[in-house]
Amino acid sequence: MSAAALDAMVPTPSRVVGRTREVAGSLTVELVPEGGAIPAFLPGQFNMLYAFGRGEVAISLSGDPADRSRIVHTVRPVGAVSTAIANLEVGGVIGVRGPYGSAWPMQEALGRDVVVVAGGLGLAPLRPAIYHLLRVREHYGRVIILAGMRRPDEILFRNELEGWRGRLDVEVHVTVDHADPGWHGNVGVVPALIPRASFDPARAIALVCGPEIMMRYAAGTLQDAGVSPDRIYVSMERNMKCAIGLCGHCQFGPTFVCKDGAVMRLDRIAGLLSVAEI
Amino acid sequence: MAGLENILLQHPFFRGLEAQLGVAVSGCGRNVRFEAGERLFREGEAANEFFLLREGRIALEVHSPGQPPAVLLTLGAGEIAGVSWLVAPYRWAFDGRALERVHALGIDARCLRAKCDADHDLGYELLKRFLALSIRRLHDTRLQHLDVYGQPGA
Repeated sequence: MSAAALDAMVPTPSRVVGRTREVAGSLTVELVPEGGAIPAFLPGQFNMLYAFGRGEVAISLSGDPADRSRIVHTVRPVGAVSTAIANLEVGGVIGVRGPYGSAWPMQEALGRDVVVVAGGLGLAPLRPAIYHLLRVREHYGRVIILAGMRRPDEILFRNELEGWRGRLDVEVHVTVDHADPGWHGNVGVVPALIPRASFDPARAIALVCGPEIMMRYAAGTLQDAGVSPDRIYVSMERNMKCAIGLCGHCQFGPTFVCKDGAVMRLDRIAGLLSVAEI
Repeated sequence: MAGLENILLQHPFFRGLEAQLGVAVSGCGRNVRFEAGERLFREGEAANEFFLLREGRIALEVHSPGQPPAVLLTLGAGEIAGVSWLVAPYRWAFDGRALERVHALGIDARCLRAKCDADHDLGYELLKRFLALSIRRLHDTRLQHLDVYGQPGA
């Protein structure tokens, strides 16, 4: 292993300076590296977070890429490592290395309508792209945010979604799979929102993130609406270990999700999405 | 009638419909409006009209005694409310309630069924469109039932 690769494997101790309890047990943590600058990142990239004594896990950056004062991640506790991270208190320290991976196609999307399709916690990796779109709003066509959540009380980043919906230059639709009596919004799956959105499929670019089943279905609906697969991007999730394309744990057909993804263009992986054993 | 025909042909569900079939369908149509809370149809009642939603949203609901209605699905502009009119015994399976003011084109189902019986080209065209709609909603329901956001890692 080269010296550069070894460096890439060394985490930077980073202190928790803020934490926000989100829905369904998830947590947004704000980190500041000890004795080092905060690396720039592109929307869609991820870091490897190292809970000392437990292990490492790949987590997408969920903060504003223009905010260089802290590193922001939104974590859902599903295993030993993510649970340890989700239990961190302010002042706690974890290791951080990154950012790694590909990014949402913000350059390719310039001048185009942008359709953001998020499912559940999939909104977190898309949030940096949304921050970017709204910061340089004039450089893009229509901006549409479609978010599907499990229940009304599990709507991630609800305050921000409401704020974005309040803007006159963004179209936001939120739907839940299961409503309760107090919910007056949409009920149904998020792909069903796609035909309702006002965008030009011939010039739109779509960014999709969520559970893989939902992404497959959303990608199909986007194509039915006329968006070509080379303008549909999905964020894949696999078991990442080294994050630099060496170990092969995240191999996805001929690609490594850590190095060639996590954001991937649909036409390059469409054949693999429906293969169960990959 | 040309106004209704234009509305019908501009509705996404009927996009690309042959003009003469559009005349036949719109001949059974009327403009309708529902205020928030009003029922478009009720479970168990005869399904004698379906709706091309133009503005506003509706909820498909089901009731249990002593419980508030459970909303299964919401539908909005550009969508169709009502499939039960097409298949015997022509009874609504759920309630349809306007969530806000709704403007729609209502199509008299008895009128249209009679035209479909007389003109199988029209009937086949409508069956193809409604079957595709029904399959899409079936797939949506299956995905909804999977509860994908409740799974670890979602």
